[in-house]
Amino acid sequence: MRNLTGVNDLVVRFANVNGTGSASANNMFAMSIFRMGIPMTAKNIFPSNIQGLPTWYEVRVSEKGYLGRREGVDIMLCVNPQSMKQDVASVKPGGYFLYDNTKNLHKDFIREDVNYIGIPMIGICMRLYSDARQRQLFKNMIYVGALAALLDIELEVVKGIIADEFKKKPKLIEPNVQAMMAGVTYIKENYEHPLGLRVERRDLVGDAIVIDGNTACGIGAVYAGATVAGWYPITPSTSLVEAFAKYSNRLRVDPETGLKKVAIVQAEDELAAFGMVLGANWNGARAFTATSGPGLSLMNEFLGLAYFAEIPAVLVDVQRGGPSTGMPTRTQQSDLLLAAYASHGDTKHVLLIPSNPSECFDFMADAFDLAERLQTPIIVMTDLDLGMNEHLSAPLKWDDARRYDRGKVYTAEDLDALSAMGKQFGRYLDVDGDGIPYRTLPATHPTKGSFFTRGTSHDEYARYTEDGVKNAQVLDRLTKKWDTAKEILPLPEFYQAQNESNIGMIFFGTTTYAALEAIDLLKQEEGITLDAMRATAFPFHASVEAFIEAHDQIFVIEQNRDAQFRTLLINELEINPKKLIKVLNYDGMPITADAIRNGIAKHLEAIKL
Amino acid sequence: MTYIKPKFRHPDLPKNAVGFTKTDYEGVISTLCAGCGHDSISGSIVQACYEMSIEPHRVAKLSGIGCSSKTPNYFLNNSHGFNSVHGRMPSVATGANMANRDLIYLGVSGDGDTASIGMGQFVHAIRRNLNMLYIVMNNGCYGLTKGQDSATADAGSVSKSGSVNPFEGIDLVGMALELGATFVARSFSGDKTQLVPLIKAALSHNGFALIDVLSPCVTFNNNVGSTKSYDYVRDHIEALAEIGYVPEKEEITVSYDSGSSVDVELHDGSSVQLHKLAEGWDPRDRQAAMSRLQQAKAEGEILTGLVYVDPDSKDLHEIIKSDKRPLNSLKEEDLCPGAGVLAMINDEFR
Repeated sequence: MRNLTGVNDLVVRFANVNGTGSASANNMFAMSIFRMGIPMTAKNIFPSNIQGLPTWYEVRVSEKGYLGRREGVDIMLCVNPQSMKQDVASVKPGGYFLYDNTKNLHKDFIREDVNYIGIPMIGICMRLYSDARQRQLFKNMIYVGALAALLDIELEVVKGIIADEFKKKPKLIEPNVQAMMAGVTYIKENYEHPLGLRVERRDLVGDAIVIDGNTACGIGAVYAGATVAGWYPITPSTSLVEAFAKYSNRLRVDPETGLKKVAIVQAEDELAAFGMVLGANWNGARAFTATSGPGLSLMNEFLGLAYFAEIPAVLVDVQRGGPSTGMPTRTQQSDLLLAAYASHGDTKHVLLIPSNPSECFDFMADAFDLAERLQTPIIVMTDLDLGMNEHLSAPLKWDDARRYDRGKVYTAEDLDALSAMGKQFGRYLDVDGDGIPYRTLPATHPTKGSFFTRGTSHDEYARYTEDGVKNAQVLDRLTKKWDTAKEILPLPEFYQAQNESNIGMIFFGTTTYAALEAIDLLKQEEGITLDAMRATAFPFHASVEAFIEAHDQIFVIEQNRDAQFRTLLINELEINPKKLIKVLNYDGMPITADAIRNGIAKHLEAIKL
Repeated sequence: MTYIKPKFRHPDLPKNAVGFTKTDYEGVISTLCAGCGHDSISGSIVQACYEMSIEPHRVAKLSGIGCSSKTPNYFLNNSHGFNSVHGRMPSVATGANMANRDLIYLGVSGDGDTASIGMGQFVHAIRRNLNMLYIVMNNGCYGLTKGQDSATADAGSVSKSGSVNPFEGIDLVGMALELGATFVARSFSGDKTQLVPLIKAALSHNGFALIDVLSPCVTFNNNVGSTKSYDYVRDHIEALAEIGYVPEKEEITVSYDSGSSVDVELHDGSSVQLHKLAEGWDPRDRQAAMSRLQQAKAEGEILTGLVYVDPDSKDLHEIIKSDKRPLNSLKEEDLCPGAGVLAMINDEFR
């Protein structure tokens, strides 16, 4: 058997039982790699369950900085008998299977082409600790130590992480270090170490941070000046509003009075959550909510009202596997069409699509500016992979010179000046020719500027009308506003010097990691050069159509069954649909570079024949 | 159609303490049926706001969908209005209130809008003790879709077409009491002397104030056999008390026999003076109110008046400890922690 070897290029998977405290131990392992200056990415593959079902955690270490998932497990750390059969099967030939050998492994689990490394985790714990919960928790630290010895992770780094983790409970530092060292000692005494497959310190992460997208969005909402949030718990968006609450409690509480410069209400359902967001934005506060597919379905009604009555709103959709209740703990990009055209009638919405946590932060700040500038809902489309997994990311950045764009709002002085000029305030008048009217906030002026917000057909003065011509004028102005939006949304990102190839690739969101790696793989291993574009927003900037025009074939990579992004391109642009070739993944796991490479290579091979 | 009222104002119209005439509190001409109870309620809202010298722009009026929800267009033209979607006014009002605690929130809804499609939101606005006046214009039927029974129609009530409602009606007053509402009243659109002081007291209350106003539908539910017709309501009404609203710093002038009168001081220093007509009832005793309500129901009476009030009520903002300033008045310097703090936050993720 040829054992897997290599430095800083490996995938470790942890097979745990949900609810046994493994998450923090696994996270310490990942952070050790990061603190040794090596790029890594971690994925939580968890069940919709509180305790008992199998859960996995996968860490990819990549010197080249590839942050997508990679197929194939090099090292499996399995402490869950329930999933052991499939866990053994998933190890690459020549890989390593680490398990608790306090009891003998059943012969069904033995493969000839895999290295078995037994560590008596329970045995060591029984010897070291008397308390049952401690035996459970410290077992996790023992395997962290064993992995550190096998992979040559610097022990001082691991100790530093333990010290940081238990900063607030210093009594726990010593026993955790002790358990970790027991794992190290056991490996040193019983196995050759380190393995041929190992890590080595580098200086490749710069000033990067390791953060999940939901936390980055939550902090972004604090920086953007959101003061109101109405929300309803739903996986995988819950931790976003919780992060907003956590940082608001830290940064927005008056130390003397204890009063908060924020109002957060857990609503009775997603309908009410979005209703609160609309009421607050209508009244001049920056308000937002976060949800996932099932919640977005419920919010359709209010999204239509917000579009037609032109009320700013910010909504984050952390997409999960659909349809219906679907796979609540798996990832997909399958709410695109629902979000883009949410609600009945001619309705469409602006989408922002971040690809990493740093961009989550930026796009949240942009979303509040754009919502008030355009007076319409802005939907930030993330997904479970981005929202709940920790990503190596550029640090969050804020420019102190940046000012909030509160959009077109008349003050009392503006209203007086308007009437001095003999003009009447019209809520839906296109004064500037950009399709964006001026609004007033309640209580602005004792006698001027009031109007009646409604979802019924209305004229330019917000009065109810059944005059079809007037209603069509309002709809046409909304189209003009839509065109204005195209000019001010974040621009797409291009990965090409000039047009170097007649083949192009379009991707967005969390597909970016795997897509960028696939571009390298195609070039290095298949000799195929591709131009690429990362979409960041809907409606599309003119450069999106130009990119499609400039290429003969364009692969559209997305994580849903129906090629929803491709549908958006066809629906909104004057292009030849035949040029757009689907490359799809919708199994609920983040798409891999191999899947993209294979999809593209197979298509190109087929048309050659 | 929206009709524009003539702008002519009589120069000698009396002005209130903030310099507005009563016509300044009116809206556009109603498009509801002639004789609709809802228009009388709009009239009572206008009178109450005028007499209380509320600056009209300090009121935000919100509604859902239906005949009742059209009425905010027919009063308080100088107030911002929000005609939202069916049954969802409470959540929009909640968000609006979260954004600015200093305005007066007046929500108008109907029995379909509240007791059917909007039941969930109605219930939760009560639970949170949102500081607002919630008026239900209750006629027991769906007017705009031509007369179907609503969820507040009483079992056995006969519709215009002659069909008998087989389902139990929902009593919003009883439900609100059960849910812990801090101001619960019922009135009749045709009884301004009772309704106007109730609206004033409700506007002075700190927390969720429900007034369930029976408001007959002249077109679809005013027939013999209907329990929400003008005739039926007039015949079966049972007022708990004669009600007087006494603004802050004004002396109580009417006096009743000792023992039969209750004065309740409200949050803003004003008070309601109640001359009790019913035995064994105190408006600050939730249990007594519930039992009196059950008794009336058993006897086939429609109990009206201020059924319950908690003068020490704490509203949503006090419960969630939000800033005393309206949140919509906070600026970047209040809200954005800046690049320096963000550098420290970044460090926690390394």
